[in-house]
Amino acid sequence: MAKIIDLKVHHITRVEGHGNITLHAVDGKIDKIEWQVPEAPRFFEAMVRGRKWEDIQTIVSRICGICSVAHSLASLKAIEDAMDIAVSPQTDKLRMLALYGEIIESHVLHIGYLAAPDLLGTKSVVPLVSSHPDLVHCIMRLHKLGNTMMQLIAGRKTHPVTFRPGGFGALPNAATLRELITLFRAALADLQTLGDAVYSVKEKLPAFERDTEYVALVDRGTYTFYHGNIGSSDTTNTVAVQKFKQVANEYVVEQSTAKWAKWHRDSYMVGALARFNLNAAHLQPGAAELARYFGLYQGICNPFLNTVAQLVEVMHAVEHSLELADSLLVAGIQPEVPHVTPKAGWGAGAVEAPRGILFHSYAFDDNGTCTGGNMTIPTNQNHANIQLDMEKLAPTLINLPPEEIKLKLEMLVRAYDPCISCSTH
Amino acid sequence: MNKPRVAIFDFACCEGCQLQIVDMEEDILNLLTLVTPVEWREAMSESSEEYDIAIIEGSITRASDEERLKVIRSKAKILIALGACATIGGVNKLANNFENIEEVKRYVYEDASRMPHLISQPVKAVNEVVTVDFMIHGCPITISEFAYILRCLLIGTTPVIPNFSVCVECKMRENICRYEYNEICLGPVTRAGCNAPCPSGGIWCFGCRGYVDDPNVNAAMDVMEYYHKTPADLVSRLALFNSPQETKNG
Repeated sequence: MAKIIDLKVHHITRVEGHGNITLHAVDGKIDKIEWQVPEAPRFFEAMVRGRKWEDIQTIVSRICGICSVAHSLASLKAIEDAMDIAVSPQTDKLRMLALYGEIIESHVLHIGYLAAPDLLGTKSVVPLVSSHPDLVHCIMRLHKLGNTMMQLIAGRKTHPVTFRPGGFGALPNAATLRELITLFRAALADLQTLGDAVYSVKEKLPAFERDTEYVALVDRGTYTFYHGNIGSSDTTNTVAVQKFKQVANEYVVEQSTAKWAKWHRDSYMVGALARFNLNAAHLQPGAAELARYFGLYQGICNPFLNTVAQLVEVMHAVEHSLELADSLLVAGIQPEVPHVTPKAGWGAGAVEAPRGILFHSYAFDDNGTCTGGNMTIPTNQNHANIQLDMEKLAPTLINLPPEEIKLKLEMLVRAYDPCISCSTH
Repeated sequence: MNKPRVAIFDFACCEGCQLQIVDMEEDILNLLTLVTPVEWREAMSESSEEYDIAIIEGSITRASDEERLKVIRSKAKILIALGACATIGGVNKLANNFENIEEVKRYVYEDASRMPHLISQPVKAVNEVVTVDFMIHGCPITISEFAYILRCLLIGTTPVIPNFSVCVECKMRENICRYEYNEICLGPVTRAGCNAPCPSGGIWCFGCRGYVDDPNVNAAMDVMEYYHKTPADLVSRLALFNSPQETKNG
């Protein structure tokens, strides 16, 4: 009798949004392996039409609850590009601090609450509260640090309120910056604890590799999250953010309500591992040390190590935030008020969201009313790569017990830390 | 007493309101001594067909989701709508402001918009599909209010949700009125309970908690007139979170 594997993971757990995995094999031969996204589309690109330039960032931050700061910032940069609005170095630094808050919050959420249960053999973080109390409290403190940064700089930890085109509606004071600096210093010890904990189970991450194109922002000698052009591991040329459609080349497939993307190959990957592969030479010293400790090197192409790259980035974010807060404190916060005269135009903006490079673009008429928008989300750009990874990974698993196949395929999806409802904006 | 079993389900939304629950950090450990989570896809792999309290996040945008919601309603003793997408449709309802949903779909998916898996319908709040027992307002929700409502449920009292405008809380925070900055603020007609984070963060109220019951429209018009604003100025901003509802309860 033929041995049939018919695996259907309906709404994979411990990821943001709704995704399914389907695997069908007869006698070890796979005839169907699919990464499917059935998430309900929300049509943000159409919804912004007719809305005022000053309401856009408030609408589009709602694309994603986990990366609302990144969406707000990408939209502000696009609006500022469209209307030729210059912002001060102080504004840039404060925005980067808020973005680092989101990177820390989102990465720690993924490492600690979503991925760790797989590595420690549980179904959620709940059993870990009693089995690994010190580790769970350490994760909670780091998670809270990211939230506190967003609360203090962006006015709220989800859906920022202080961000406005041209600058800030409300500014932090020196006492707030000092409070943050104290928290950053304390976080370095917690990161050591978390790093050791992940290191102790790193053998649980499958040794799987697939040669992949990596895409991220690149900017003169920095590990950038906010400035720069679009870079790829497949070329030394960079592309201006305004030409992002030539990079993403979005298209629709039957298995997904979220669009897919491809550039030089059939798919590419964005996110922590992509940023590491393009910019690792410019990591902060502690982050570079942590990467060496884990044996990460530029050019590594095991998607499961995205979680480790996220850990390295949390260290980088804390170290760089310390520098940023210190330089803001030394310079003193200047009481700037944004003054914008809206005008017609088209503009694009990009930032590195926790899950990868994020593009927004908008067109406005003379009154500053939006006439159209386009957003290309990191997870959109990862869906095709998840599919191709699955196609290579599944045959190597096929003789394992069904539960083990299911777990490994789920772990692959979780490694990308997909933001699925975000990708079905 | 058996701990009530709680299940959290999400529909069309950003999942930011669930995140506020995760963000309770250590307090979540205290919450776990009072309720048993039996299904929460974003945080845990277990699932269950049996639960006492169902918490619904997100708007309803497809016939298949209406059916899923009705099944959840039939199993739950208490159903809570979590956050603006669930309570009033939130920003999702902006999609209802165009000629029809097909036009909206075509704008986003172009030629592919006819593909069957992209089927969609006008956006509904949860109470436009099933009966809602409690609403936790806001975009995102305010976690202290979430905890308060849950506490009331556990001890069997009825939560009291503020039925006055955001202006009250904004004044208590000693903010300068946004109209003084020549801006349109929805504070005068919007339900309080958030402690006015937006005006305190240097921007206007967007109305994410929905209208206060029986809003004092005349007073709001007086404010508009005093600051030389027109109702048209107000309508554009009201559309963000307060596009029309088909039905209304709770």
